[in-house]
Amino acid sequence: MGRQLLINDLDKERIQSLAGYKAHGGYAALEKALKMKPEEIVEEVKKSGLRGRGGAGFPTGMKWSFIAKPPGVPRHLVCNADESEPGTFKDRFLMEKKPHILIEGMIISSFALGANVSYIYIRGEMMYVYHILEKAIQEAYDANLLGKNILGSGYDLDVYMHVGAGAYICGEETGLIESLEGKRGNPRIKPPFPAVKGVWDRPTVVNNVETIAAVVPIINMTGDEYAKIGIGKSTGTKLISASGHINKPGVYEIELGVPVEEFIYSDEYCGGIRNGKKMKAVVAGGSSVPILPTELILKTAKGEPRLMTYESLSDGGFITGTMLGSGGFIVMDEDTSVVKNLWNFTRFYHHESCGQCSPCREGTGWMEKVLHKFLDGHATMADIDLLWDIQGKIEGKTICPLGEAAAWPVAAAIRHFRSEFEEYVKNGKNMKDVKHYYRINNMQPA
Amino acid sequence: MAKQIKFSDEALALCNKLMKRYPEGKQKSAILPILHLAQAEFDGWLSAPVMDYVASILKIQPIEVYEVASFYSMFNLKPVGKCVIEVCRTGPCWLMGAEDLVKFIEKKLNVKEGQTTADGMFTLKTVECLASCGTAPMVQIGEIYHENLTFEKCSTILDDYKNKGEEISHYRKERIKNHSEIKQ
Repeated sequence: MGRQLLINDLDKERIQSLAGYKAHGGYAALEKALKMKPEEIVEEVKKSGLRGRGGAGFPTGMKWSFIAKPPGVPRHLVCNADESEPGTFKDRFLMEKKPHILIEGMIISSFALGANVSYIYIRGEMMYVYHILEKAIQEAYDANLLGKNILGSGYDLDVYMHVGAGAYICGEETGLIESLEGKRGNPRIKPPFPAVKGVWDRPTVVNNVETIAAVVPIINMTGDEYAKIGIGKSTGTKLISASGHINKPGVYEIELGVPVEEFIYSDEYCGGIRNGKKMKAVVAGGSSVPILPTELILKTAKGEPRLMTYESLSDGGFITGTMLGSGGFIVMDEDTSVVKNLWNFTRFYHHESCGQCSPCREGTGWMEKVLHKFLDGHATMADIDLLWDIQGKIEGKTICPLGEAAAWPVAAAIRHFRSEFEEYVKNGKNMKDVKHYYRINNMQPA
Repeated sequence: MAKQIKFSDEALALCNKLMKRYPEGKQKSAILPILHLAQAEFDGWLSAPVMDYVASILKIQPIEVYEVASFYSMFNLKPVGKCVIEVCRTGPCWLMGAEDLVKFIEKKLNVKEGQTTADGMFTLKTVECLASCGTAPMVQIGEIYHENLTFEKCSTILDDYKNKGEEISHYRKERIKNHSEIKQ
């Protein structure tokens, strides 16, 4: 097991509370940070090589340095806790188990950005986590870690919780900003970027929960030390949410650079495929990233072992590679129907499209209907090409990346599993009897 | 004569606290938390008069509330049962048998997805990914995640809710109670 910087100490007593968190070194980074200049903190984060953990992987220090500083205009930090990418559940885990690491990260990051009011936008479904964070925030206020003149430093900060209400699109940063303003979560056209005109037209930085939490160990150990973990431009540790047909689903913190094969089969992590089955495919970074068959997820097209890093997973582009994304690692065994799984994902994107851009609004629904034809046994070979055509006409033609997120899984499924689509066409209605998915344990369907 | 629509004093005090979290003149930002509260206060759904009431609290036009309420999937625009069962149907939950789980609940409660049981006790909904993929399949009831479900486990949980009878809507009140601890 590699080093753990975020979900370490979870076995310690009362780590959820301020007292427990402090007893294990919590808020030491804050005390250190408050003695630094804000620019120095930004510099440390730049040196650390930390990249956005929400999915896009954009360098965090650079994002912070873009924030506009017009005189007299308040700036805001908004934590994106709207974790809704299918396959991803690391932020919920972290916030539930160790809420104070997020609060500490929020204070340090807000200080670095010069924000005096910050928000945590949590998805509405996670109401019980909301209560955990509210309690943690209250504890922080009572201990003068929030509020006026934090620990005598002269710095004031209020952190407020804000609750969403069920919309995947609000995980996109400008959709989230619209939602925070009390509107429908329709993403905005960029530029202007949030760093210039964000929430209420004020300079805003939106960062994922894990990104903000990672600032704490970076300040503790320095950016240079943090950058020594990992490989190349993939520095530090990453939380991976492992799910699907594996023996040990759950959240794992890995040092970036662990081989994919080790991650799937080692008992330290996923523990192999359950019920002694073979692996068929993996979606490595949340439902939006391209699906890869076993041979391509374990090894790159060049035959090198694939590693859990931003670069290695995307080796080969979208022809033979995928993305680390949010770290939502979904494993499928040999019994899984890739076509039906794709229909499930596509229905999701259709449901979650905000409807602003025609290619996404119409295209996602169209693809869902065409995929339904395959499942119902009415599809023809031309429908495979039709799907390919539609996804190509969504990608890159929408305001926000939901269009790409809907298009990529379709393209990858056709690219790597075309024969399975053809099988659906050839066998028509008989395919209905194919076992598409697992029965729950040993129980028969009702 | 329709029941007068008005928040309890407790909920109203909380509304005022929530609105103070946003800058002067930006109180519209509190719309999502306040709609959640309204749903908790008024039988689990948002009728047009309830939305009008929320508009009056936020000092915005009713249409601004309608357009928001209709965008977010957690807001029910039709009456629901006392206990709303939300089954996650996306990706990993589907891989682990969510489709069978829905069929099982449909048969057990004798309803179809989206419907409410005749006694008004349960509404069955399917929802998109609830970030519980490692503990799939799962259902959310109120604020509680019921994870790693089997038919048997699910059956026990539903019986449990049914036995609680009238009390099961308590989770909505819980939501208000937990909020009001907020001091700042």
